[in-house]
Formats: sequence, structure tokens, C-alpha cells
Amino acid sequence: MELGDIIIKFILVVIIFAISLVVAMYSTYAERKIAAFFQDRIGPNRAGPWGLLQPLCDGAKMFLKEEIIPTNASAFLFIAGPSLAILTACLGSAVIPWGQNIQIGSRVVELQVADINVGVLYIFGVVSLGVYGVMIGGWASNNKYSLLGAIRAASQNISYEISMGLSIIALLMLTGTLSLRELAAQQHDWHWNVLRQPLGFLLFIVCAFAETNRTPFDLPECETELVGGYHTEYSSMKLGFYLFAEYINMFISSAVMATLYWGGYNYPGMDWVLVHTGPTIGPLIGVAVLFAKIFLFIFFFMWVRWTIPRFRYDQLMDLGWKVLIPLAIANIVLTGLISNYL
Amino acid sequence: MGIRYFVNINMNTFYFIAFLSIFFSILVITAKNPVHSILYLVLTFFTFTVHYILLNAQFLAVVNFIVYMGAILVLFLYTLMLINLNKDSEPVKSNMVKIAAVLGGGCLLVVLVGCLKQVGVADPVLLKDPGLGLVQNLGKVLFNEFLLPFEISSLLLLSAMVGAVLLATKDPKPKSV
Repeated sequence: MELGDIIIKFILVVIIFAISLVVAMYSTYAERKIAAFFQDRIGPNRAGPWGLLQPLCDGAKMFLKEEIIPTNASAFLFIAGPSLAILTACLGSAVIPWGQNIQIGSRVVELQVADINVGVLYIFGVVSLGVYGVMIGGWASNNKYSLLGAIRAASQNISYEISMGLSIIALLMLTGTLSLRELAAQQHDWHWNVLRQPLGFLLFIVCAFAETNRTPFDLPECETELVGGYHTEYSSMKLGFYLFAEYINMFISSAVMATLYWGGYNYPGMDWVLVHTGPTIGPLIGVAVLFAKIFLFIFFFMWVRWTIPRFRYDQLMDLGWKVLIPLAIANIVLTGLISNYL
Repeated sequence: MGIRYFVNINMNTFYFIAFLSIFFSILVITAKNPVHSILYLVLTFFTFTVHYILLNAQFLAVVNFIVYMGAILVLFLYTLMLINLNKDSEPVKSNMVKIAAVLGGGCLLVVLVGCLKQVGVADPVLLKDPGLGLVQNLGKVLFNEFLLPFEISSLLLLSAMVGAVLLATKDPKPKSV
């Protein structure tokens, strides 16, 4: 690897990192505006035009608030919890292909940080690691509500990981690759995987909701029963990290869903556009298409949040173990039969 | 020259990671708090993942990451959080038990040392096929050469799972007199 390549990768990492933070920041704004829209209110409109500076004000508020570490909490783990949550949230973006190779000057640049050939499994690993932040924080708080939240997070995460893995297996049987780059390239033009795996996508999106702790699966922070759940004792920017990690997770899982099932950066008629716009602008349009898909998914996350009420805990477990897992296994069998005999 | 340099980096990384593995596993058994000890175990397994990557076994590395760090240790942590870990309620072991444990551990150590003395110094591992640990090759080997053992081990896991469920379910019917 030349020095130039390393510098380009470094710039790419910084750009992706900045974009995920900005998207997460403005997701909080979007969430409040969308909630307001659904409830026939106006939403934040004081800071800046249309309240656009609201996320900055919230960030400043988080930084300036008093920082409290409970007396009997284990201080190191209390700080490690939110740090781990935001670290694992940011890790996932490394393997996502953001677009086709782009030509800048005389150099062809890959719009992906790391093309590892087990990319799908890497995403899966990062997701399964995400629960540690919640568990460690909840336990270290030395508070019964936090502990209950942490335990709920652990059991929920483990339960839905299984059906998530099974739904991906059916997809992999069709594509035959674990590299996200190849997966995206196979869905050229309009050959999106969702057309071949509609049930698999449905299972995957339900599990994605559960893994990101979004309503209707936000039992770890269920405020009607557990005060604030795992982050009851947290204040200031440490609380901010937990909330922020949730929005980054939402962004990354939207990107993963778009890449796995909705064609990633591909769109119908992309070859024609690529020929007519050249090798620099063409791939950038693909990136814009991918981001449009991601924003649609983020909107969907928020739409569901303000539409469907939270599950009861036994309903959550029943759905995971008695509905999703059998459906996912049936999906695998169906996929195998169809791809062999049709 | 370039390859030699790369190998040297790899060796140094290996020794560093191996040191970390041993360091964290010692912390696992010396930590006073069981939850801390599990967290050190998580770090130990993470260093194992790095070892697999150094050996170019990407699939094994990621699976180790998902299954051990992401699932099994989360369940360990989950169970520990539910148990009351007050120091006062811990049963104090008698001295006889401690002596027996030391003797048992010592015997295991002697056996291990005896085994390791037999082993000669291996040549540095040079893979004939550097892509050996990749998913495709691993899958081909598992489903051709080792198909029977692979399927039998899955049956073993299934029977263990059924057994666990059976043990966990309470008998719904009251015992007849």
C-alpha cells in the first residue's frame, strides 16, 4: 500500500465518521420534528431558522450539565459503558460500500474503508458487541432499575440475534458471498435482493428494530416501568453518548439494510447515467441514492416509533422465539427448495 | 526484504498479543469481583480473535467474535448479574477443599509440562495455501471431507439443547398420589 492510498483511506474514514455523527445529530432533530408532525404540534422552532440549530444547543447543554457518578457505582465501568456503546456504534461503518469506484483526477478511489471478505459477519459481530455498553453501564450504576434494564437488553439482544442470523443465511444462500462489496455489486441496476427475499427482509428489519432498542422494542429503557432503564443514573455527556449511540446505530443499520436488501448504491438505469455523467459525477449520484435510501429507513424507524406502542416483555420473547425463528427457518428451507428446483 | 520486514512485524505482534492473552487470563482468575472477571474473559477472547486474524483465519476469527464474545459471554454476564454476589453470603470453603484444589491443579500442571516437553520446536508456520482459512475453502473442506463429523456434532448440540429445555421445564401435572 502506498502512502497516497493510506492518506486517502484516512480521509475516507474521517469523512464517514463525520457524516455518521452529523446524521445522528440531525436525526434527533428529525425525530422531534416528525413526532411533532404525527402529534399535530410544531416541534422545536426557536434555535435558528426552523429550529435547525437545536441539535447544537442540545449538545452544548449535554456538555455543560453537572456530571454525577453515584457513590457506590464502580467508577471505571460507569465511564466505560457509554464509551463502549458509542465505539461499537461507530465501528460498523467500516465495511459498508458507499458507492462504486470513483475517479478523482487520475486516481481511482474505492468508496469503502475495508473490503474484508467476511463483511456481513463483521457487521453481525459488531452488533452483538453493542450490548456490552448497555450491560456494563447498567450494572456499574448499582441501581436496581438500571440492572433490570441491562438484563432485558442482554436477553433481547441474544434472542433477536438468532433470527437475524437465520434471515441472513437465506440471503447468503442466494448470493453466495459474505463480502458486502460483492453483495452490492450483484444487485446491479434493479436486481435488488428484496425482490428475491421479501420475507427475509421483513424478518431482518424487525430484528434490526430490536437490536437498536427502538420502539416497539425499547424495553431496556422502558420509562413506564424502569424510570430510565439502563441509563437511569447517567447525566451529562455520558447520557448523551448513550442517546447518540442509538441514533448512530439507527444510521448504520439503515445503511446495512439498504446494502443487503435494497440494492445499496444501485438504481435502475445507472449504466446510462454513468455513461452520460462521467466517472466522477456518476458514482456520486449512486452515493446520493444510497443516502436517500438510508434517510427513508431512518424515517421509517421514526414513523414506527410514533405509531406502534411498546410490547409487553412476554410478547417480546414470544415474538422472537415462537414467530421469528420458525419463520426464518421456513424461509431458509423455502429458499433452498426454490433455488434448487425452479 | 519487504516480506521479511512484514514477518518481523507479525512476530512482534504475535508476542505482544500472546502476552496480553496470558495477562488477561491471569486477571480472570485473580479478580475479586466475578463481573470484573467475566469482563477480563471478554478481553481474553478478543485477543484470541486477533490471533486468528494473524493466522489468516478470518472466518474463525469472526465466528469466535460473534459466538464467544457476542453470545456466550453475554449470557455469562447475564447469569452473574442475577446472582446475589454479596461477600457475606458467600460460603467459606474449608481448608481441606483448598488443599484438594491445589493438589488437583498441581497434577494438571505436571501433566501439561510433561506433554509440552515432548513437543519439539516447530518450524515457523508457512501456509502452503494462504487462503486456507477463508470461508469458501473452509466450507468446501467441512462439507466434503468432514461432512459426517460435522453433521454428527450438530446432532450433539441439538441433543444438548433439547436436554436443557427438558431440564428447565417444570412438570405441569401435579404428582399423582
